[in-house]
Amino acid sequence: MPKMKSVAQLAEYRAKLQARRDPNQPQVLVCGGAGCDALGSAEVASAFREELNQRGLKGKVELKSTGCQGLCAKGVRVLLRPQEITYQQVSALNAGEIVEETLVKGKILDRFCHQDPGDGALKGHKSKIPFYKGQFPLVLRHLDVIDPEEVDDYLAQGGYGALAQALSGLTPEEIIAAMERSGLRGRGGGGFPTGRKWRFLRQAPENPKFLICNGSEGDPGAYLDRAVMEGDPHAILEGLSIGAFATGAAQGHIYVGHEYPLAVQRLRQAAAQARELGLLGEKILGTDFSFDLKVHRGAGAYVCGEETALMNFIEGNIGEPRNRPPYPAQKGLFGQPTVINNVETWANVPVIIGKGADWYAGVGTEKSKGTKVFSLAGAVNHAGLLEVPMGTPLRRVIFELGGGIKGKGDFKAALTSGPGGGVIPAQFLDMPVTFESFQEAGGNLGSGSMVVMDHTCCMVDVARYFVTFSYEESCGKCTPCREGAKQLLDILNRITGGQGEEGHLTLLEELGAVMTGASICGLGQSAPNPVLTTLKYFRSEYEAHIREKKCPALVCRPLLKYTVDPETCTGCLACVRECRVEAITGEYQEPQEIDQELCVKCGMCYEVCKFEAIKVES
Amino acid sequence: MSNDTISLTIDGMAVTAAPGRSLLLAARDRGIDIPTLCYHDDLKPEGQCRLCLVEIGAPPHRRLVNSCTYPVEPGLTVQTASEAVLAARRLVLELLLARCPQAKIIQEMAAALGVYESRFKTDNPEELCILCGLCVRTCREVVGVSAISMANRTPGKTVATPFLEESEACIGCGSCVFICPTGVIEYVEKDGVRTVWGRQFELQPCNVCGNYIAPRAQLEHWAKITGDPVESFFVCRDCR
Repeated sequence: MPKMKSVAQLAEYRAKLQARRDPNQPQVLVCGGAGCDALGSAEVASAFREELNQRGLKGKVELKSTGCQGLCAKGVRVLLRPQEITYQQVSALNAGEIVEETLVKGKILDRFCHQDPGDGALKGHKSKIPFYKGQFPLVLRHLDVIDPEEVDDYLAQGGYGALAQALSGLTPEEIIAAMERSGLRGRGGGGFPTGRKWRFLRQAPENPKFLICNGSEGDPGAYLDRAVMEGDPHAILEGLSIGAFATGAAQGHIYVGHEYPLAVQRLRQAAAQARELGLLGEKILGTDFSFDLKVHRGAGAYVCGEETALMNFIEGNIGEPRNRPPYPAQKGLFGQPTVINNVETWANVPVIIGKGADWYAGVGTEKSKGTKVFSLAGAVNHAGLLEVPMGTPLRRVIFELGGGIKGKGDFKAALTSGPGGGVIPAQFLDMPVTFESFQEAGGNLGSGSMVVMDHTCCMVDVARYFVTFSYEESCGKCTPCREGAKQLLDILNRITGGQGEEGHLTLLEELGAVMTGASICGLGQSAPNPVLTTLKYFRSEYEAHIREKKCPALVCRPLLKYTVDPETCTGCLACVRECRVEAITGEYQEPQEIDQELCVKCGMCYEVCKFEAIKVES
Repeated sequence: MSNDTISLTIDGMAVTAAPGRSLLLAARDRGIDIPTLCYHDDLKPEGQCRLCLVEIGAPPHRRLVNSCTYPVEPGLTVQTASEAVLAARRLVLELLLARCPQAKIIQEMAAALGVYESRFKTDNPEELCILCGLCVRTCREVVGVSAISMANRTPGKTVATPFLEESEACIGCGSCVFICPTGVIEYVEKDGVRTVWGRQFELQPCNVCGNYIAPRAQLEHWAKITGDPVESFFVCRDCR
C-alpha cells in the first residue's frame, strides 16, 4: 500500500481502484454482523468460497464478508449483487444450491426469500422488502457493501474523500460552519448541536485539545454503534480526523466497551491501515495537519459510557463521573478541552462534509436533522438494524419496516434508549421520530435501541428489569443514584412480589424526581425514567398489582395461580413428572390437581402441557 | 466593580465573590448555612453526598446543582433553601438514614430537617459507613499514600484496601479514622501496636519521655518526604 503524500495522489489511487472494479461483477456478500456471526456466518462464507473454487468461479464471482445487513432476526443473510437479491436463514449447507440455482441459472430460491407479513408475498429483491425500502442509509451506507477489513473497499466507495476535501479546500472555520448549518445533533442521547460543541473546542485557548469517540453501548437491545464500529470503522476515523482538523485537536481517543472485542480489533486494524496510507498520523496527505488516535478497551462498567466517567477511565482512574461544570469543552480529558461525540455522530461527519451541509440539512425535520439509526428488537416481526430520516412516524418504523407485532399480539409500548429511556405507549405511535417528540412523550431518542413490547409484557416487571440494570451498574458515587436505585428496586420487587402498598406509587414518584434532579450524571438522572413513564401511562397495572394482587399480563409469578382444567386434562402426568415440588397429584388418565400451598409458580407444568389443560390466572 | 469579583444573588441577597469560589463558600461567607457531609475545607470537593444541593436559575429553567462544586457565575440567582432543595435534601437524608439508621450524624442532620424515620428499607441495621469518601480523599490528598480506595459499584460499594489485603502503602497514621464522620473505621492501639485496616503497626516511643509518638511506618514516610533521617522524628512534640 503506498503512502499518500498528497490529496491528488489519493484521488489517483482511488481512481485506479474504481477502474479495476466492475459494477456488474457478480458478488456474494455474506453478512458478518453480530447476529449472523453468532449464527455461523464465517462457516457460510467458507462454504461459498469452497463452492466457487470447485466450480471454477473464483475470480469471476467476488466473495466478501460485510458488516451488518439489517433484518438480523433472519440470519445468516447473504446478499447477491448486482441483482441485489437478499437471502435469509442461509446455512453452510445451502451454499452449493445458491451458487448453482441463483448465481449460475439466475433463479430466485423462494425458501431463502423474505416473506412480507403485509401481503404474504415472498420477496427476494432488496428494493421490494419494506424493511429496506423504507430506509435512508447514511451512517449504514457502507455496511452491506464493503469488507470492513479492507481499506481499499472503503476508498473505492469514496472513503476519505471528505477528509481530502477538508484538507485541500476548506478552512477549519468553514468546516465548523458547515457542521452548524447541517443541524447535526449528538446521537448519544443528549442531542446537543455538534457544530456548537466543536466551536467551543476551537475557541478554547488551552492546548492540547482532545477528541473522544464514545463507543460504549451497554443498553439492553442496542447494537447500532457496534455495527458501525465493526462494519465501517474507517468512517469513524475519517470523522475524527475531520473533527481534529476543524477544532485543532491533537489527539483522539476511541473508547469501546469490553463486550465488543471485534470492534476494538477492527478499529485498531483500520487505524493501522490509515497510518500506513498517510491518512492518519504525521502530516496527513502531505499537509501540515497531524492527528493520531488510540483505541481503548473498557473494563466492563456501563457507567463508563457517561462522558466524564469515560475520561476518568482513559486517565487510569476509577470510572466514576465528575461534577459539571467544568464541562468537557473547558476541562475534559487530562483537564484539557475535549469534545466527546458518540459513534453515530462521528460517522455522520464524512457524510455532511462529503455531500454538503445544506444537502444534509434537507434530510429530517426542522429541529432534528439527518437520519436516526435504530436497533429494533422485541416483539416485532423484523428485528434488525435500520436507519430512517428523522421525522419518520414511529408507526412506520415499527409496523412497516419492523413488520408489525409478532404473532397475534398487540402493540403495547416501545422502550427506547434502554434503562435510561422511557416507554412510549400506543397513543404516540403517529409521532415523528425526532429528539423533541420523544422528549415530549417522556422517552428519550437516546442511543437508538428500540425494544417493542406486546400485551404479554407486564409494565411493572419491565420497570423492575431496567431498574435492576441501573442498580447493578450505578457506580455508587452519589447518594441519590446509589441509595435511590436500590430503594426503587426494593419497592418494585415488593410490588411485583405481591407486597405492594398504597403509598408505594407516590414514594416511587418522589424518589424518582429526586434521583432525576439530584444525581451527578445521566445514569442516575435517567434511571427512574422507565418507572416514571410506566407509572404515567400504565398506572392501572401498578394499581392492580397493589390493590388486587393481580398481574394483568400474567408475568409476575408470585401473583399467578396455576390450576388444572379437569375437562381438558388427559391425566398424562407430564406435569407431575416436571413439578419439582410435587404439588401436582392425581391418578393416571384422571384429571390432576395442583396444591396451591405447595406450588412455587415456576410455570413448568404450563410449559410441558400439550393439551392446554393448565390454566394460569392472576 | 473590579473584574475580579462576581456578583450574584443568594437567597435574595446581593453577594460578591472571587471567580472560581464555590456557591457553598460564597453562601457561607455571608453566613448562610448549607448542610454538607462529604465536604471538607482541606479536601477537593467531590460532590458525592448531594446534601449541599441548591437551586439555581429562574423559572422555568430552575435546576438543582451541587453547591460545593458549582462555581459562582455573574448574575446567577441561587436559592439555598427552596422547597425543591429542602425536598431533595430530606429525601437524600431519608435514603442515608435507611442505609445507616444508627449513624448519629445522619440522625442529627435528618432531625434538623424534620426527618425522624425513613420510609425506605434498611438492609443492615448495623451499617455505619455512609460512603462519603472523606477517608479515601484524606488518604490520597492529605496523607498522600492512597492506601484505601472505593471498591465495587453500588451493589457492593465499599471502602477497601487493594484486594482486601493488608495495604503496603498504609502508614498507619489513622487520618482516615480521624476524619470519618460516623466512626466506622476500626482502630485499636494496644501494647505499642496500632491496628488499622487489618494491618499491625509498631508504635515508636519518644526518645525523651517514652510516650508513643506515631507508627514507625508513618515516621519513615515523614523522613522520606522531608529527606531528614528517620531518627530526627523520634522525639515527640511535647519534648521537642
